[in-house]
Amino acid sequence: MFIREGDACVGHFDSTGAAVLQQVMIEVVALLSERLDREDPVVARLFPDVYRDDPQGSADLRRYIEADLRSAKLDQAGAMLAALPPDGGEVRLSEEQAEAWLRGLTDARLALGMQLGITDETDLVDEMDEAVLHDPVSVRVARLSVYAYLSELQESLVEALAG
Amino acid sequence: MAAPQVTPLETPDIAEVPATDRPWVTIVWNDPVNLMSYVTWVFQKLFGYSREKAERLMLDVHHKGRAIVSSGARERMEHDASQLHGYGLWATVDQS
Repeated sequence: MFIREGDACVGHFDSTGAAVLQQVMIEVVALLSERLDREDPVVARLFPDVYRDDPQGSADLRRYIEADLRSAKLDQAGAMLAALPPDGGEVRLSEEQAEAWLRGLTDARLALGMQLGITDETDLVDEMDEAVLHDPVSVRVARLSVYAYLSELQESLVEALAG
Repeated sequence: MAAPQVTPLETPDIAEVPATDRPWVTIVWNDPVNLMSYVTWVFQKLFGYSREKAERLMLDVHHKGRAIVSSGARERMEHDASQLHGYGLWATVDQS
């Protein structure tokens, strides 16, 4: 989790935390590196239509903005991977870097949230209990715990940056 | 800090304003993933809003499902929406 130290936001990662975050951001990079499939709900959420009732207007505009948006998302995911010590350790971020991390963590949580079917009514503890009862070593249990971890990490970084 | 209150001398009837003259707006929609603290920070960061105003907008998004976060020329709103997409917020542009 992150804390404020002077002008920097400092996070300490154990080897598990570093490995989890690394894996998640590699998945984000992979998703953004492929041809974007607008039918994929994760892609649709990361690159929303600008006009709700105008698919053509949204598509026209997308031609101008999507490439920049995609490369910004790739850059910040790549910057996170570069800053993260593979076996854990300290991450010291300037305000600008912390902002890139906040955006990158958001992309990762949005992607996971879509895959998990998170809604406003979702209670993560209940979801986890149910998933563990069903199958304690399932992909869903792993994804839920990663989602909860990323949420805590992001909350601590917002607090460290702006709190 | 209170938001500035501007009272127009004459309040135009919205029905009398031709569609083409109505201002464009950027709308942020509620989503179940983004943290309340993060959304507040994004509004402060992108629009320079006070924390009070940013929190009020965030709560509108959370409770009412949506909030108008900026208004003005169409191209400006398209820019705002794409900036918000960069921060992972679900934003659209509409004519008010």
